[in-house]
Amino acid sequence: MKFLPTSDADRSEMLRAIGVSSVEDLFASIPAEVRQPADLPPPLSEIEVRRLLGSLAARNANARESAFFLGAGIYNHYISAIADQMLYRAEWLTSYTPYQPEVSQGTLQSIFEFQTHVCLLTGLDVANASLYEGASALVEALLMASRLCRGRTRAVLSAGIHPEYRETVRTYFSALGFTSVEVPIGPDGRTDPKALARAVDADTFAVAIQSPNFFGVVEDWKVGSDAAHAKGARAVAVVAEAVSMALLAPPGEREADIACGEAQSLGVPMHFGGPVLGFLACRAEHERQIPGRLVGETRDADGRRAFCLTLSTREQHIRRERATSNICTNQGLMALASNIHCSLLGKKGLREVALQSHAKAEYLKREISKIPGWRIPFGAPTFNEFVAEGPEPASPLLSRLARRGILAGVPLSRWDPDAPNRFLVAATEMNTREEMDRLVAALKAGGTGDRQVPRQDRP
Amino acid sequence: MSVSVEEKKGPAPGDRRHPEPLHEPLVFERSGEGKVGYSLPPLDVPETVAIPEVLCRPDLAGETEISEVEVARHFTRLSRLNFSIDQALYPLGSCTMKHNPRVNEEVARLPGFASAHPLAPEEVSQGALELAWRLEKILSELTGLARVTLQPAAGAQGELAGILMVRAALAKTGNPRTTVLIPDSAHGTNPASAHFAGYKVRELKSNARGTLDLHVLEEAMTEDVAALMLTVPNTLGIFENQILDIARIVHGKGGYLYCDGANFNSFVGIAKPGAMGIDVMHMNLHKTFSTPHGGGGPGAGPVAVAESLVPFLPRPTVERRTDGAFSLDHDRPESIGRLRTFLGNFGMFVRALAYISSYGNRIGDVARGAVLNANYIRAGLAGVYHLKYDAPTMHEVVFSDKKQTASGIHAMDIGKRLMDYGFHPPTISFPLIVYGALMIEPTETESKTGLDAFVAAMRKIARESEEDPEIVKTAPHTTPVRRVDEVGAARNLVLRWRP
Ligand SMILES: Cc1ncc(COP(=O)(O)O)c(C=O)c1O
Repeated sequence: MKFLPTSDADRSEMLRAIGVSSVEDLFASIPAEVRQPADLPPPLSEIEVRRLLGSLAARNANARESAFFLGAGIYNHYISAIADQMLYRAEWLTSYTPYQPEVSQGTLQSIFEFQTHVCLLTGLDVANASLYEGASALVEALLMASRLCRGRTRAVLSAGIHPEYRETVRTYFSALGFTSVEVPIGPDGRTDPKALARAVDADTFAVAIQSPNFFGVVEDWKVGSDAAHAKGARAVAVVAEAVSMALLAPPGEREADIACGEAQSLGVPMHFGGPVLGFLACRAEHERQIPGRLVGETRDADGRRAFCLTLSTREQHIRRERATSNICTNQGLMALASNIHCSLLGKKGLREVALQSHAKAEYLKREISKIPGWRIPFGAPTFNEFVAEGPEPASPLLSRLARRGILAGVPLSRWDPDAPNRFLVAATEMNTREEMDRLVAALKAGGTGDRQVPRQDRP
Repeated sequence: MSVSVEEKKGPAPGDRRHPEPLHEPLVFERSGEGKVGYSLPPLDVPETVAIPEVLCRPDLAGETEISEVEVARHFTRLSRLNFSIDQALYPLGSCTMKHNPRVNEEVARLPGFASAHPLAPEEVSQGALELAWRLEKILSELTGLARVTLQPAAGAQGELAGILMVRAALAKTGNPRTTVLIPDSAHGTNPASAHFAGYKVRELKSNARGTLDLHVLEEAMTEDVAALMLTVPNTLGIFENQILDIARIVHGKGGYLYCDGANFNSFVGIAKPGAMGIDVMHMNLHKTFSTPHGGGGPGAGPVAVAESLVPFLPRPTVERRTDGAFSLDHDRPESIGRLRTFLGNFGMFVRALAYISSYGNRIGDVARGAVLNANYIRAGLAGVYHLKYDAPTMHEVVFSDKKQTASGIHAMDIGKRLMDYGFHPPTISFPLIVYGALMIEPTETESKTGLDAFVAAMRKIARESEEDPEIVKTAPHTTPVRRVDEVGAARNLVLRWRP
């Protein structure tokens, strides 16, 4: 086995040094009754591993081989070749959490830079080193708000927050005695400000809204901030399409206290949903309640600038059951990918990606709205994703299109059985006008016709 | 032991090994107006911003302007300030720093995985669903437990999922109970996860062997206790040889036995948790199954459960239908719900499946190698470093600095001095029940030559501690930066660059 560097001769010598006659002797403390070998197939060679995984990969439609309009929290954006190739470097890939700063300055400085990018994008003061992904990042933000408003037990959530995020909140809250109250969105696709304000009471610790919301509609963070602050609660801004932050007013500027969500679209491949990249940022006065790792700047014994993990007394390895979160392993490598990506695109590139995504989605929205029998149900402005509604149930239509090489959208019926004909369509800088025209033509034809994009065939 | 290394004078101040500039400015400090690091096609649709100005920002002040060349240099130089497994032994106890096979990286980047979307229609995602289904079957076989959820993003989230399932099962019988028992040797995530699952934590004192005391357990195990969270083998690298009695006592009071499977790498393919009476167990794919740690993540924390907990698994599960197709089952009314979006850290499932397939029915060799290597280090350092618990060592061995403290040398100093000899330090100050702990886990992917070099360095440091303690106390001397002022960092917080 090529991953095991011990020869038979080494093993004999080692056993002699240890003073036992066989490796099995070293397992004497495991009771005999529980010893059972694994019933697995024989080992595979590298060629066979490639073949097995290759055959599984070949059976998934993907953005490289389709006209691609899927979103709903995971987006297909440009990633420079250099970003992924950098991740192959062993110094990034095969190192652990930077607990020993003298031999981890690379990782530490990269996290410090990532924290800075997140602060610049959110307009807040402090960001952590990453969280798992968007939904659990929202949970962490809400739990943080609950610590800032001790004794209160409710969170008010806009129904425009990603349904899987809201479901995750319910899972975590169920055991903690907290409740979440959901405020519906209005007919134009935005959270109704009056309904939101009415839902907040003196027992509310947080008000959370998402922008662009799950339906792609741009919300005003200030609506959430005003509703929260009127009752002494904290305002949580949720972002599931992080590219939007390069165009939309940042949460900090619109008075949100905590921003959180999913930064996959800033440099992380879609990976069938994970690993992606949760983030959380807050104001300086709340930094001691932030969950997860933080990197700070300091000096070494010779007075040189250096970085290290800091405020660890918030964390589980020191504070145990009183920690601000149970998180330990986070999404470090994805935060590095995002740092590289944000650094490359920077001031102009991040903005251009946002502007192109928006312009393409506007084009597509207009073209779809012109198809007879089709409409765009929500009238409020959208960023790069919108709801389309056709004359027939969306799921079968989308399946027909998928078989033709067009991944046209995400049906809303799983979350809203009353809207079987509606689905989400997303556009990014990766889409061409030709592809969008092809989608429109296919929708006009009801999703029938020939396959138009070649795809790797099944093995 | 190679005497020559031990005799030679060790690295001293001024022996810095890093030839390149030690200081890399922040990427923001490398920025220069007018530079670009990207290229995009021209916009092929009409330019428009159909969003009111008050909801937009004017620009991204403070963000970078930098060329691709400079980005390549920046991140390459930064990377060289890191220690990595590909360099040398990385003996961080509990963290399982083993070789990361590169074919796993390669296959995880196939477009059918890396560019696949979790909400594409199921009929065009059959490969991804089958992969998850296969990995579940394999983990179920390895653990001897009924089913597995792959959803948790890391071990800690797996712990939370597991305890929430216990809570749901108990709640169904009318009483979720109030307390979770956790030995004092446990990892910090155990009590933190129990807390976020709504339980009080009661800590159990370990016995003189370093394991759980049956009398202590019997006294603490009441009908108010939902679960015992036990790490097997524990964080001292010692197997709970009374595991069957432990399970009997916990089950006797209607509680559940939770296993923190972070150390599964020491018995995978040799023994099955299900046979031990364990009801629920998380695994860390980034430990036992070699998915890379990436400087802190991502990981994946699948949870295996006994039949009694299956109804409560997180939603959705992956099912194989009678026609052979794979699909997601969201309709699980007793599920604890979701812990995160989508299926989990799917990219880690790809790597883990590739890794397990490479070993196949020889997967037990992982454990055999890990345990052999840890015992070899133990033999090489016995008598030189203090061993508080002398029960048999599995995959890791926990020494302490007790013999060195007389000369004012602490575990931290020993760890820092190891850097001068080209090794990463062991885990320091954990587990908490060993004062001045040096927790050493070599893993199975270390050669005898590598282990010998490590043992020689550790012995040399023990000698230096007596003969030249100053050089140990002021170590490291050869790293990109010297000892870092962590207290200062927390006192005067600078958590970001400012324009
Ligand atoms: C014994 C033990 N339990 C639990 C954990 C937590 O796992 P993770 O970091 O994957 O959340 C770790 C590792 O960090 C560990 O070593």
